[in-house]
Amino acid sequence: MTATPDLSTPPEIGGIGHSVLRREDDRLIEGQGDFLDDVVLPGMLHMAIHRSPVAHARIRGIDSSAASAVDGVVAVVTGELMAAHNLAWMPTLSGDTQAVLATDKVRYQGQEVAAVIATDPYVAADAAALIEVDYEMLPAVTGPQQSLSADAPVIRDEKEGQTDNLVYTWESGDAEATDAAFESAARVVSLDTFYPRSHPAPLETCGIVADVNSVTGQATVYLTSQAPHAHRTLFALVAGLPEQNIRIISPDIGGGFGNKVPIYPGYVVATAASLLLGTPVKWIESRSDNLISTGFGRDYHMRGELALDGDGRILALRADVLSDQGAFYSDAQPTQFRAGLFHVVTGSYDFPAAHVTCRGAFTNKAPGGVAYRCSFRITEASYLIERLVQTAAYEIGMDPADFRLLNFIREDQFPYTTPTGFVYDSGDYHTALRKAMDEVGYAELRAEQAAARAEGRLLGIGIAHFTEAVGAGPSRTYDIAGLKMFDSAELRVHPTGKAILKLGVKTQGQGHETTFAQIVASELGIPVTDIKVVHGDTDNTPYGLGTYASRSTPTAGGATSMVSRKLADKGRKIAAHLLEAAEADIDLAAGTFSVRGTPERSVTIQEVAFAAYTNMPEGLEHGFEGVSYYDPPNLTFPYGSYIVVVEVDAETGVWKVDRMVALDDCGVRINPMIVEGQIHGGLTEGFAKSSMQWITFDEDGNCIGSNFMDYLVPTAWETPRFELLETCVPSPHHPIGAKGVGESATVGSPAAYVNAVIDALAHLGVRNIDMPVLPDRVWDALESAS
Amino acid sequence: MEISVTINGTAQSHDVEARQLLVDYVRSTVGLTGTHIGCDTTSCGVCTVLLDGVPVKACTVLAAQADGHEVTTVEGLKADGQLHAIQKAFKENHGLQCGFCTPAMMLVGAALLESNDDPSEDEIRWAISGNLCRCTGYINIVKSIQAAAAEGRAQ
Repeated sequence: MTATPDLSTPPEIGGIGHSVLRREDDRLIEGQGDFLDDVVLPGMLHMAIHRSPVAHARIRGIDSSAASAVDGVVAVVTGELMAAHNLAWMPTLSGDTQAVLATDKVRYQGQEVAAVIATDPYVAADAAALIEVDYEMLPAVTGPQQSLSADAPVIRDEKEGQTDNLVYTWESGDAEATDAAFESAARVVSLDTFYPRSHPAPLETCGIVADVNSVTGQATVYLTSQAPHAHRTLFALVAGLPEQNIRIISPDIGGGFGNKVPIYPGYVVATAASLLLGTPVKWIESRSDNLISTGFGRDYHMRGELALDGDGRILALRADVLSDQGAFYSDAQPTQFRAGLFHVVTGSYDFPAAHVTCRGAFTNKAPGGVAYRCSFRITEASYLIERLVQTAAYEIGMDPADFRLLNFIREDQFPYTTPTGFVYDSGDYHTALRKAMDEVGYAELRAEQAAARAEGRLLGIGIAHFTEAVGAGPSRTYDIAGLKMFDSAELRVHPTGKAILKLGVKTQGQGHETTFAQIVASELGIPVTDIKVVHGDTDNTPYGLGTYASRSTPTAGGATSMVSRKLADKGRKIAAHLLEAAEADIDLAAGTFSVRGTPERSVTIQEVAFAAYTNMPEGLEHGFEGVSYYDPPNLTFPYGSYIVVVEVDAETGVWKVDRMVALDDCGVRINPMIVEGQIHGGLTEGFAKSSMQWITFDEDGNCIGSNFMDYLVPTAWETPRFELLETCVPSPHHPIGAKGVGESATVGSPAAYVNAVIDALAHLGVRNIDMPVLPDRVWDALESAS
Repeated sequence: MEISVTINGTAQSHDVEARQLLVDYVRSTVGLTGTHIGCDTTSCGVCTVLLDGVPVKACTVLAAQADGHEVTTVEGLKADGQLHAIQKAFKENHGLQCGFCTPAMMLVGAALLESNDDPSEDEIRWAISGNLCRCTGYINIVKSIQAAAAEGRAQ
C-alpha cells in the first residue's frame, strides 16, 4: 500500500475535493461544441444504410438499379463488393465474426444489407429505400430458450462446425463446495428473474466521417468513439491499413453509456467507401438505426439460489444465466470472461462458497451485449443478488435490512477475497447501510407501512446494497480483443508554468477536462485553470483503452497522478539546484517547493518549470514533461446503499417513488459536484429500466422499441427526486484513493426500485415482477396474489 | 423555393428544397451547429429552436414554414458579448454533462422565464418534459432554470 500524499489545495488552485466548475462547459453552453455531425469536409459525401426489414431470411438477390439511377447517387455498396475487398465480415470484440453487409442471410431485423453513397443525405436516404432485396423467409428465433431447443434453426450456419445456437458456456466458483453447502442448508431460497434487453440510447447517435486520402494513404477518421486508440488498432487489423496512417479523432460525444465502444458495420462501410471513392464519407445513424442495430445491454435470464443456515446466515450461492446474445457474439468485455464480471454476483455478502454458470445463445436479434453504463455484466449480477437477498429475507421472516446487516462482509475483513476470486479493496458496508436507514427513517417507515396496510394502502421500502468491480486492468487479467487494459497520461509543463495533459481515455460528458486537471492541480499545485486537457485524438494522445466500465479515474486517473509525481521528482532536483539545498530536503506542497525546516527558502512550481527550460542543473535533461502508463494492481470496488420508498395504487398498479435515498462510497471524490451529477444520471437510468425502458420483439423478430415513441426513456416529469449521501473509504491501492463512480447508480439502483414495489406487495406473497415493472404487471401480480 | 428567415437577429435568404427540415436548414444551410438532431420523431427535443419566441422541435418543422419568421438558436442567446442568465446558470449549477441536449434545454428554459419569472419546480419540469436528457437526471437542469429565474428577478 502506498501512502497517499497530502493533496489538499486552496480553492484558487482547485485540486481534488473542490467542486470546480467544468472547463468544457464554456463551449457547450454557447453551441460551440464540436460533435460528430458538425464535421464538414470539402467534397464530403453522405451514406445511408439499407437494413433488413425481417429477422431471418436467406438473400436470393439484391437489385440496386433503381437506387443507382437516382440523381446524386455516387455508389451503392453491397456485401458482394465488400467481399471482393475481404471486408464482408469483421471480427467482434468477443472473438466472433459479424457481417458488415449481409451476403448469405440476414439474421436480425435492422441488419445492414447495402449502403448508398450520395452527394446529399436526403438523396442517400431516398435511394437506400429503393433497394430491392429478394428474401427467402426463415423462421425467426427470438428467445434463448427457444434458440437452444433441438429443433431450432441454426442461425450461424456459416460458421464451420456450428450445429446449434450455443455461443459459449462459462462457469466460475467451486461447484463441489457449493453443492455441499446446499446439502447442509437449513433452508434454500431461489429467484428466477429476467433483466430485459435495454439500449443505452445516447441522445447523439453513432456516426463517422471517414477521410481516406488515396494519394498519401492517410486515413483520418472522425468517430463517435469511447475508445479511439483501441479502435485505431482494430481498424488497422481489420482493414489492413498501416496504423501510423490512421488517425482517429473522437470529438465531443453526446453521451456514450457503452453504446460507442463497439465497431459497427457502418464504420467499416464508410471507411471502405472513402478509400474506394477517394473522398470523405459521412454516416450518421438515424435514431431507429441506433436503437435496432447497435449495442444493446442486458437480456439476461437469471436464476439464483441461496443456501441458508438456521440463523439466516448465507452459506452459499448458485447462479445460472442464460444470455441472449443476438445474432453475433459481440459483447464488449474482457477476453477471458465470457459473461463479463457477472461472477461478482456474491455481492456485498460474506459466505464461503459460490458457483456461477452461464450459457450464451444466438437469436435473431441485434448483437451487442455492451456494458451499458456498467462494468461488464455487473448490473445484472448486482440486480440478481440484491433481489435474491430480499427474497430470502421474506422467506425466513427477517427484515431485509437486518438480513443484509447479518450477512455483510465486515470492515475488518477487507481486503476480502470472494468465493469467485475477486479481492475487494476496501469498504464499510454496515456504516453505509445504517446511515442510509437513518436518513430515510427506516424504523418509522416500517411502522408507517404496517399502518398503511391496515388501511388497505400499499407502501413499499426497497433496499439495494451494491458492490461494483470497476476500473479494469490490471492488464495481467483484463484485455479486450487482445489489447491489454492499462491507461495513460502525458503531461507537459511549459516554461511559463502552464500545462497540457493528454489522456488515453475519452470523455462523453463525465467532465475529464476538469477532473483530470484537478488531479494535476493537487499533485503539482498548478492552478486548474492553467491546465488544458487533450483527449480523443490518437495522433496527439498516449495509448489507452478508453472510457467505459468506470475505468477512467481508476486507470488514467492513476496515470495522471503517477506522471505528475515523475514531474514532482524532477522538480525537486531543480528546486534543490535553485535553492542550493539537498534534494532530499525539498518538500512540495500546493505548488511550492521548500527546504524542510526553513520554509521561507522556497520556489514555486512555475519558477521550477521556467528553470527546466532555462537553468537546468548539470546532468539533468531539459524540459518538464513525462508520460505514464498506469497498470492498476487490482480493480476498485465502489459500493452504495440505496433505499427507495414507493406507494403502489392497488386499483391501477401504478407506483410512485416517494423517496430515493442514495448513499455512495466511491472513495476519494475528485470533484464532488461532478460525482453527484454522475449519480443523478445513474439513478435516473435505474428508474428508467425498472419502470419503462426496454426493447422487446414480437414472435417474428420485429423490434418493438425502434424509436423514442416505443422505447420510453424518462422525462423530467416522471423522474423522481433524489437525496444523496456519502461515506468515504478510500481505495488503498489507487494513487489518490479514488474508485470511479460513473456507473454506480445505474448498477445499484434498479434492484432498489423493484425491491420497493415488491416490498409493497410482499405480504401478499409476491416475490418477483420482471422489469420494467409496468402497472399492468403490478396489477396482474396483485390479482394473482388475491 | 426562396425563403427569408431572421435568425438570431440576422436576416437570411436562401433557396431551399420544399422538403428541407428547419433543423437541417439551420445546421447545414446556415451553418449554426449548436442545434442538434437526436431522434427524427419529435420525441427527444435536442433540435429545439425558438420560432417567434416559442420553442419548436425543428426536426418536425419545414424550413419553408419559418419563412417570414424569427428563429432563435443557442448561438443567439448571448447578447452584447454577455452570456444569457440561463447559460451562466447551467454552468454554475452543473446543468449539463455531455452537452448534447443543453442548447435545447436552455432555449426552453429561457422561453419559460419570458412568460413566468418565478416558475415552481413542477412548472419547470413540465416545461422541459418534451426534452430528453440521458446524463443529468434533470435535477441540475431544474436547479439551473431556478437559478436563472432568481437571477432574472434580482435584476
